[in-house]
Amino acid sequence: MDLLNALVALTNFVIVPGLAYGSQLALGALGVTLIYGILRFSNFAHGDTMAFGAMLTILVTWGFQAMGITFGVLPTALLALPFGILGTIGLMLFTDRTVYRFYRQQKAKPVIFVMVSLGVMFMMNGLVRFIIGPGDQRFADGERFIIKARAFKEMTGLEEGLAIKTTQGITVITAVIVVALLFWFLNKTRTGKSMRAYSDNEDLALLSGINPERVVMYTWMIVAALATIAGVLYGLDKSFKPFTYFQLLLPIFAAAIVGGLGSPLGAIAGGFIIAFSEVTITYAWKKVLAYVLPDHLAPDGLVQLLSTDYKFAVSFAILIVVLLFKPTGLFKGKAV
Amino acid sequence: MTETLKHTLLFALVGVLILLEGATDALFFSGSWNSALVILNMGLISAIMAIGVNIQWGFAGLFNVGIMGFTALGGLAVVLTATPVIPEAWTAGGFGIVTALVLGALTIAAAVMITKVMPAGKPRALVLTAVLIAGFFVYRAIFDPAVSAIEEINPALQGNIGGLGLPVLLAWPAGGLLAAGAAWLIGKTALGLRSDYLAIATLGIAEIIIAVLKNEDWLSRGVKNVVGLPRPLPYEVDLQNDPSFVEKATGLGLDPVVASTIYVKAGYAVMFTVVLLVLLWMAQMALKSPWGRMMRAIRDNEVAAEAMGKDVTRRHLQIFVLGSAICGLAGAMMTTLDSQLTPGTYNPLRFTFLIWVMVIVGGSGNNFGAVLGGMLIWFFWIKVEPMGLLLIEAITSGMADGSPLKAHLLESASHMRLLTMGLILLLVLRFSPRGLIPEK
Repeated sequence: MDLLNALVALTNFVIVPGLAYGSQLALGALGVTLIYGILRFSNFAHGDTMAFGAMLTILVTWGFQAMGITFGVLPTALLALPFGILGTIGLMLFTDRTVYRFYRQQKAKPVIFVMVSLGVMFMMNGLVRFIIGPGDQRFADGERFIIKARAFKEMTGLEEGLAIKTTQGITVITAVIVVALLFWFLNKTRTGKSMRAYSDNEDLALLSGINPERVVMYTWMIVAALATIAGVLYGLDKSFKPFTYFQLLLPIFAAAIVGGLGSPLGAIAGGFIIAFSEVTITYAWKKVLAYVLPDHLAPDGLVQLLSTDYKFAVSFAILIVVLLFKPTGLFKGKAV
Repeated sequence: MTETLKHTLLFALVGVLILLEGATDALFFSGSWNSALVILNMGLISAIMAIGVNIQWGFAGLFNVGIMGFTALGGLAVVLTATPVIPEAWTAGGFGIVTALVLGALTIAAAVMITKVMPAGKPRALVLTAVLIAGFFVYRAIFDPAVSAIEEINPALQGNIGGLGLPVLLAWPAGGLLAAGAAWLIGKTALGLRSDYLAIATLGIAEIIIAVLKNEDWLSRGVKNVVGLPRPLPYEVDLQNDPSFVEKATGLGLDPVVASTIYVKAGYAVMFTVVLLVLLWMAQMALKSPWGRMMRAIRDNEVAAEAMGKDVTRRHLQIFVLGSAICGLAGAMMTTLDSQLTPGTYNPLRFTFLIWVMVIVGGSGNNFGAVLGGMLIWFFWIKVEPMGLLLIEAITSGMADGSPLKAHLLESASHMRLLTMGLILLLVLRFSPRGLIPEK
């Protein structure tokens, strides 16, 4: 019984939040890794792209709610998501046309692109603050829980409850669907194949008649969709605040590098590695240990390795370890 | 128009803008000499930070986005150097803290030794993990009680380890040293890898430094802030109570209260200018020296420089430490100017990316450009808000009063800052990538 209780507590506080956070990070890291693979620079504006997409979705959601349109038990934001994606695609293509394309034609060094992406980051950040303000926005509606802690306790007769939020369920399911679609696209369609070819060897791809501008355009569209979905899922699960999206940049980069920059599979693995390390290291293990260990060994303290404020330190430490021992990441990324 | 004349005029423009800020309240100027001096002081500090970043980026092409962290370490140095000694804290937990920190450092040193001495493979991984885990728990076992002992002492005012009670001016070089130490650690791990990795590593270390300052109450009182740090200049109130100062002020036809505030701010301005000039001179000498030429050679072609027998990674580490030390120095100066350390206010957009805008706009690779960029961009950073408000008022003047769009636009005018900075950065990168004062 105690072992079951421990397992439930572990699922409730570590596995479920870790899965949801990991899916969000994985989607974000996929965007970073695609930009890196195809446009060949680290996009510092990615966090703010997520914020922008989420903001558009929130605005449409509010519109729907005002008109009385809801999505039943699911959050209305899911209905608004396609509009958010379309808007973000528009902004990405506009940014590429007005900003990035010039440097591509110049064949500028990657570090110049990074610099430029800083400028874009500033502008997007300002835009989001200008439109929706720097404060917290909540936009989740519909049913809040799939399983409530109390219902679970009554159902199983265990002491520990298991609560799964709707948003956590939606996050994981959406992430699975999106990743499946993305891999189908990259592996089966002609455009996806040309994207991979371009990423692997630019010169050869150009020789075989692949239109680079087309590849770049599709990349931005996919990245916009991924960023918006990641942003909305994160916002639904936690809450929307522009500055937290900027701060997500670090775990997202860490996830992409740990997995190997330029490798989509690596980005997903990296996302979950970072998320689970953050959650396990900042979780207070007292409860779980109290169930598992015999009474006289039960811990006095919280058994929390690091306080939650240091969660960035966790992603950073993993990043450093990978950089030191395997600089190309777990899934052999590219080293430009 | 010759180059020199153009550059002189650009500097004169910044001077005129600051003078106008004090002299007139037309347009977006405030007409207060106090405000002009506040802008000048922070502009000088920004110029010093820009020199630090320019040394890294302009001389050597290193992309450091952790400036905020080094600045904050400078601030911490002020607390650790200049605040009075708290003997109770040292007797209560000082020994524990020092022992724990030394043990932590020894653990890491042991881990590094193991990696170097043992051959790669399963046994090494096992020993390494065992040493690290054991080290961590021993560290926590000694560290935690010492921390709670310290935090219990007079928590309303202190609750931290206190400082060394040294003069506050010593804190400035101390800030530089602290930042240099952190830069050495991070450079040792991330330099020599790909350029983006340094960027991401520095971004991370900056966040961690801020997290430490916010949470380690025993060190910096965390979000409770350390206020009332010692100052190198007299307090305004003391000046106002000093008969000879009041006499002099009235003799000049000034209100003693205004005169005292201006006196203090002008005093800081003089001190900061001296530091800036010394650093500028040193940076110029370094740029012209064989060392500077070598750095630029490495920046322009690493492979060729390596073929000539230059140790690229070592030189990079050297310049990374130097530039970060300058940022730490500037951070210590800033905390002295504020006479408080507020870890909650450090924001990467303001303390890292804005400095980058300064360097790029001023002209990367040129020290005078960095100084110009620092002062000019700082002026705009402060003044974009009133400018934006003017602009929005002009745009919305045609709209009906009370329309929600107008209200929203007026309310959001203050967020124009980031938008404008991004726009300036993109425009300069596109149309004048070498900046206002290009590298020669």
